[in-house]
Amino acid sequence: MASFVLQRLLGVVGVMLGMSVLIFAIVHLLPGNVAYAILGEYATPTAVAALEAKLGLNDPLALQYWHWLSGMLRGDFGDSVVMSRPAAALIGEALGRSALLAVPALLLVAFGGVALGLHAATHKGSVADHALTLGQFVLIAIPEFFWAIVAVLLFASVLHWLPATGYAPMAEAGVLGWAAHLVLPVMVLSLGLLAHISRLTRSSLLDVLASRYVLAARARGLPERRVLWRHAVPNALMPAITVLAIDAGLLIGGIVVVETVFAFPGLGRMLVYAIDHHDLPLLQAGMMVVTAIYACANLIADLLYAVLNPRIRVASTV
Amino acid sequence: MSTQALPRFRPPSVLLVGGVILALVMTACLIGTIWTPFDPTVFSARNRLQAPGPLHPFGTDEFGRDVLSRVLAGGYLSLATGAGAMAISLVVGVPLGLLAAFHRGWTDQAIMRGVDLLISLPPVLLGLLVLAVTPPSLLKTIAVVGLVYVPILVRLTRALALGLLEEEFVQAARARGEGALPILWHEVLPNAWPPIIVECGLRVTFAILLGSALSFLGLGPQPPASEWGLMIAGGRDFLTQAPWICLAPGLCLCLLLVSVNLVGEGLRERLDPHHG
Repeated sequence: MASFVLQRLLGVVGVMLGMSVLIFAIVHLLPGNVAYAILGEYATPTAVAALEAKLGLNDPLALQYWHWLSGMLRGDFGDSVVMSRPAAALIGEALGRSALLAVPALLLVAFGGVALGLHAATHKGSVADHALTLGQFVLIAIPEFFWAIVAVLLFASVLHWLPATGYAPMAEAGVLGWAAHLVLPVMVLSLGLLAHISRLTRSSLLDVLASRYVLAARARGLPERRVLWRHAVPNALMPAITVLAIDAGLLIGGIVVVETVFAFPGLGRMLVYAIDHHDLPLLQAGMMVVTAIYACANLIADLLYAVLNPRIRVASTV
Repeated sequence: MSTQALPRFRPPSVLLVGGVILALVMTACLIGTIWTPFDPTVFSARNRLQAPGPLHPFGTDEFGRDVLSRVLAGGYLSLATGAGAMAISLVVGVPLGLLAAFHRGWTDQAIMRGVDLLISLPPVLLGLLVLAVTPPSLLKTIAVVGLVYVPILVRLTRALALGLLEEEFVQAARARGEGALPILWHEVLPNAWPPIIVECGLRVTFAILLGSALSFLGLGPQPPASEWGLMIAGGRDFLTQAPWICLAPGLCLCLLLVSVNLVGEGLRERLDPHHG
């Protein structure tokens, strides 16, 4: 188990290093002049030269990369050129607000999706099962930004139940006002993934229930409840865990879109802001943070899978 | 396996239903590239924000442009994204997967580590990163979306080819002294196609989704193009006054995606006996 964990940790480090090279290369090799973007098109050549020197843009690329990488290892993510503030602080604040959307959405998807899937599989052919299948089919195929528009139209413009966009800090708006701004984004963010996970859990449990060891357990006369919860469900959840890690990636992509639609000041919207304003240091730093989060999500899923799956757990100790 | 035994509440031929809807949507989009009821780009101050009616079935937008005409004229962009992206990931992904499986060792390692790296960036972010530093355009969106699905096809093709290369008919070809290319082209690829087609069918939905999401973020075709995601983004400011500007392209996009998804599922039922 220890060697398995170590191997996966090294994998994460490798991916982060590779990613840092890729992000740096894309940002620096593709055309687009940072200094002109900051100063505007009427900048004098002297001003551009001075700024380029200040930002270290004249150094060899390898040196620039090393400055950037070693800075990040020390916790210095560079400064946002547009907002003139350390990128680390900006990203930290935005990340905290994004977590307010991502964590409830992920919990909803993990528990709600599995519960719906188990219900559908154990009540196969019922009205609820059919409704769920239809719902899953529609939900998977509809883009988040369109759901978001429909949700805003319905709950904000027509019913006036919830605020359409934005974010209100708890200190200003109180707990209710704060929470009201989170409801629609979290809902939109979870729906598609909820459909994904519940569909997978359903088919996975149906597969397991048709297996020979479940037949054997039933033949031994075990009560159905015990067959289900001790023998079938733990095995049926294995694929769901792998897919949850993949969904973490979709969730990150979804957050970019959802935060843009709802004008929610999180990390996703910050990345789009950095792109629109050509704030490359902020963009690079933000991308690295998102990659790190995604790599960690995959690592956690791998480890969880290993803990739950005796074949990996035992095999890796040999 | 067990899903095969499920009673379906959908009509049995998912492929037919999806295919017919998709054909209708595609026909409408193709007609839209040569003819639309009104010029999709001409402003008309007198006709601003008109509600849907007999003259403008989908209403008009903030510049007085006919929304139906714009939806028709922009539809091919979503179709092109889906088809183009799949073509790119096929053309790049399948040969790389075959190569990795055939040569193993060093080539395999290099290809698969590259794939690991590409997969470790969430799809939308890969698009953001590339489109961030260069001016966005339709071709770049297609290329980026295609790139996102390359790793999936490399992994799938490699796994399929590794299995097929052990088969006796491949051993026979090797014994006949055939080279890498004839073996891969004549022996391996024909047997690997069905699962690859199924995978592509299911991925097209996500490719169109990702393309329209990138356009929605402003990283796709630029105005005055009427890509559906872009139209929805533009209509957001008028959501309360004129919801049809967003709803018309949005519902068309949903119709397209659902029909593509139906075709994908139908293809899977038809071609992949393991998932029926």
